[in-house]
Amino acid sequence: MSLIQVNNAAFRYDGKEVVSELNFEVEHCDYLCIVGENGSGKSTLVKGLLGLKTPYSGSITFGEGLTARQIGYLPQQKESQRDFPASVQEVVLSGTLNSMGIRPFYTRAQRNNALTQIERVGMLQHKNAAFRELSGGQQQRALLARALAATQKLLILDEPIASLDPVATADMYHLIEEINKHHGVTVIMVSHDPHAAAHEANHVLHLEHQQLFFGTASDYRKSDIGKRFLGGEGR
Amino acid sequence: MIGVLQEMLSYPFLVRALTVGLLVALCASLLGVSLVLKRFSMIGDGLSHVGFGALAIASVVGIAPLYLAIPVCIAASFLLLRMSESTRIKGDAAIAMLSAGALAIGVMVVSMTTGMNTDVYNYMFGSILSLSAADATLSIVLSGVVLVLFVLFYPRLFAVTFDESFSRATGIPTRVYNAALATLASVTVVLGMRMMGALLISSLIIFPVLTAMRIGKRYLSVTILSAVVAAVGFILGMIVSYVYEAPSGASIVCVNIVLFLLFAITGAIRNAVTKK
Repeated sequence: MSLIQVNNAAFRYDGKEVVSELNFEVEHCDYLCIVGENGSGKSTLVKGLLGLKTPYSGSITFGEGLTARQIGYLPQQKESQRDFPASVQEVVLSGTLNSMGIRPFYTRAQRNNALTQIERVGMLQHKNAAFRELSGGQQQRALLARALAATQKLLILDEPIASLDPVATADMYHLIEEINKHHGVTVIMVSHDPHAAAHEANHVLHLEHQQLFFGTASDYRKSDIGKRFLGGEGR
Repeated sequence: MIGVLQEMLSYPFLVRALTVGLLVALCASLLGVSLVLKRFSMIGDGLSHVGFGALAIASVVGIAPLYLAIPVCIAASFLLLRMSESTRIKGDAAIAMLSAGALAIGVMVVSMTTGMNTDVYNYMFGSILSLSAADATLSIVLSGVVLVLFVLFYPRLFAVTFDESFSRATGIPTRVYNAALATLASVTVVLGMRMMGALLISSLIIFPVLTAMRIGKRYLSVTILSAVVAAVGFILGMIVSYVYEAPSGASIVCVNIVLFLLFAITGAIRNAVTKK
């Protein structure tokens, strides 16, 4: 059974259909990129996958013992986080909350887990740094470490490179690839950039209020829709 | 200054007021860290106005003020929370409407019955003399509960304050913690209102954390600094109030303004030095 199986799912907002006829599956260790224009239903689908929104029709099923709580999530950054006083360690540690049960304070194991994840994203020397004083790329790394602290099974990254410069973008893609390939973490990345999808991920889901394409990245590069959006570079 | 403080402590009602006020100031400053960073500062302001309305009605009807004001404020805080989360109505405008409305109802009720007497004046601008021994006991117990709950929920409050969507996605019941935060804030606002006044109580929530953020960079240090600033500001404010016979609420706020400026200047100098 797949890690995630989506069958004919549709989502509505305020009675209006946002995205429908979704049919795809995510296997263990996949790197799926969901692409589409703004407002094409990407964010809604992410909310559905995270269990924050129930599909209006159809279904989303988790397999291999995955539950919604075991999804690490890298949300789009919010304005209010820019001046937030917190150290990298405090931010990453908060990712381990879902394993805390009813205990009021963090355990040593949780602290160690947080440090491990900080090291994994190459931020160990910045662990006591103030989050608001980091560069955009470093902030995203810290948030990635927090997502990893929450789970080792599945990461959902919502536009992880949205505000990064080209160097930081390349670093971020490299880091995601490493986490996916070497640590066996399944990755679902949302992006408005089809080029990234075709070259970084191994599967692509292209949305435009409905599913335009789902398949492997190499098939996407050869497909009509892929060629159209990639501007012919697939040939 | 120590002499003045000793003199103040020789009056039992002042000891009572100082104990309650200090505890309430600590509660307000700690909850304030979350409220301000979550952009919920307006809720504190809204609550104080609703609290004023409730106190006014209680004094007319003849119920013990706290017993009416606390439940009414908790109910109002849930409403305010819904308003600020709602994308359909403009949250800030809705809060302003509710708070002005509650204030107006309170004033109407009082002026049509007992008239605008000293009680009302005290609720608006605060007075330490309005605190009875029974009220003091209840206030100490309730603010103790608020402090304990704050410490026990500290990691969770951090998580929902820093990033609600992440917390919700990883299965943290953020609504429960938001509701808890609103409840604790309501209790704190009502307890502090008669000392600070309805118009000034929200400053206890907002000032210390903003002051602390000028220097603190980590959440824990901002939290601790905020509590220290609140305590120092409160005690200095009470001394100023005693020496110059000024209303306690306004004196405390004025001391807080000075503290804020001092921290802002220190922070700016430190930033300038480290950038070099």
